[in-house]
Amino acid sequence: MAVRVRVPTPLRRFTAGVDEVPADGASIKAVIEDLERRHPGMRERLLDEKGDIRRFVNIYLNGDDVRFLDAINSKVKDGDDISIVPAIAGGR
Amino acid sequence: MATTSQSFPRLPADADAGALADGTSERVAPLSEIVPVGRAQGVLDLVGNTPLLEITRLTAGLIPAGVRIFAKLEGFNPGGSVKDRPAKKMLEVGIAEGKLKPGKVILDSTSGNTGIALAMLGATLGYPVELVMPSNVSRERKKIVEAYGAKIHFSDPMEGSDGAIVMCRKLIEDHPARYFKPDQYNNEANALAHFETTGPEIWLQSRGNVTHFVAAIGTGGTVMGTGRFLKSKNSAIKVIAVEPDDAMHGLEGLKHMASSIVPGIYHEKELDDKIQVGTEEAYEMVYALGQTEGILVGQSSGAAMIAALKVARSIREGTIVTVFADFGDKYLSTNLWIGWQEWRRERLQQVIAKWKNK
Repeated sequence: MAVRVRVPTPLRRFTAGVDEVPADGASIKAVIEDLERRHPGMRERLLDEKGDIRRFVNIYLNGDDVRFLDAINSKVKDGDDISIVPAIAGGR
Repeated sequence: MATTSQSFPRLPADADAGALADGTSERVAPLSEIVPVGRAQGVLDLVGNTPLLEITRLTAGLIPAGVRIFAKLEGFNPGGSVKDRPAKKMLEVGIAEGKLKPGKVILDSTSGNTGIALAMLGATLGYPVELVMPSNVSRERKKIVEAYGAKIHFSDPMEGSDGAIVMCRKLIEDHPARYFKPDQYNNEANALAHFETTGPEIWLQSRGNVTHFVAAIGTGGTVMGTGRFLKSKNSAIKVIAVEPDDAMHGLEGLKHMASSIVPGIYHEKELDDKIQVGTEEAYEMVYALGQTEGILVGQSSGAAMIAALKVARSIREGTIVTVFADFGDKYLSTNLWIGWQEWRRERLQQVIAKWKNK
C-alpha cells in the first residue's frame, strides 16, 4: 500500500527537511518499519521499547487518531494520508 | 464551656528563621502584623510570592542526607503558572515605555501558559488580547484563554511553536500599528521579572542557603533571570538548565535548543550545566510526585524534578531549588495521562527502585 506521511518539524532531520514522504505498508506498524528503512532513526522516535506508539506521539490516519482505531495495527489502504504530530507544541 | 480571656496561641518558632547565610538577618513579623492573604487591589498584586515546598517523601532514601531539594510552586500564581511573572513585567515595561497604550492589542505566540497570563492580565488592564498557538495545544488551555476574553489564531501543529512564532510575525507585518507584542522570547523584561521576583524570593525562602538552581528552559527567562540574581548574591551558586533529550519530545512548554529558534534572551554561556530529560521519565515523575508528595504538576515540573534528583545524587551536600512551573490540571486531557491506567502503586515502586539502583 502506497501512502503519504506528513512529517513534523522535529523529525525532518531524518527526511532531509522534507515535510511529506511516501511510504509503503499494510498497517501503521508496517508503514513505520518502511519509514525506518528509508529514514533511519524515525522508528525510535515514534515507538517505545515494547513497540507501542510513544505516549507523546500522535499518529493520524486520514484525520483519525490511530489510538481510537487499532493503534499500531490499524489497517492502511492505498492512498491513505498519515500524519505524525507531536503531542505538544513546545515553547511556552 | 467557660470562656476565658486568652491570647492568640504563639506560632511555632521557625528553626530556620533569623539569620541569612549572607550575614544579614531577616525580620520576622510579629503575629499582629501578619495580614491574612488574599487581599489585593487587583490580580496584578497576586502575582509572585509563591510557596517553596521541600520534597522529602519522594526523595527518601534516594539522595544523600546532606542534600535538600525544594520546589517553587508556581502554580499558585493567579493565572496558574510561572508565566504570570514575565507577562506582568513585560506589560508594565510596555506601558512605561509608551509602547502599550489604549487602542493597542496585545499579541504574542504561545503554546499556553504565557497566553493564559497575558489573557488574564489584559482583561484586568483593559487591553484586548490575541494569541497565536499551534492547534494541538491542550483543550483546557484554549478554553481558559477564551474565558478571559482573548482571541486565538491557530497555527499548523506540524510546525510546532516555531510555526506560531512565524505566523505571529506575519500578523504584525500586516498590521504593524495595531499590535503590542510582548515577545517573551526576545524581551529582556521576561528575564528581569525573575531577577526582581523569583530570585529574591528563592534567596529569602532558602535563607540564603541555596547552592544549586535548576530550571527547565521554555524561553530561558526563568533560568536566566533567577540565575543572575542568585549569582549576584553568591557567585558559587550553580545554575543548571533542563531541556528535552530530543527534538521529538512531549514536554509541553520546553524547548530542545539545538533544534529550535534560540530565544534572544537565552545565553547558554551563563549556565553552569544543562541536563537533558526524556519525556517518558518526566511523565512517570509527574505520577510519582502525585502519589508521594500529594502534588499534581505539569510535565515540565516532572522534568525539573528529574534534573534536581540527578544533581542531588551528584553532590554530598547542598540545597537545590527547582521550579514547578504549573499544576497538572491543565493537562488532564493530554497525552501525559495516556497509559496511566496501567500505572498503579506497583509501578510507582518500580520507578523508585529504578532510581535506587541507578
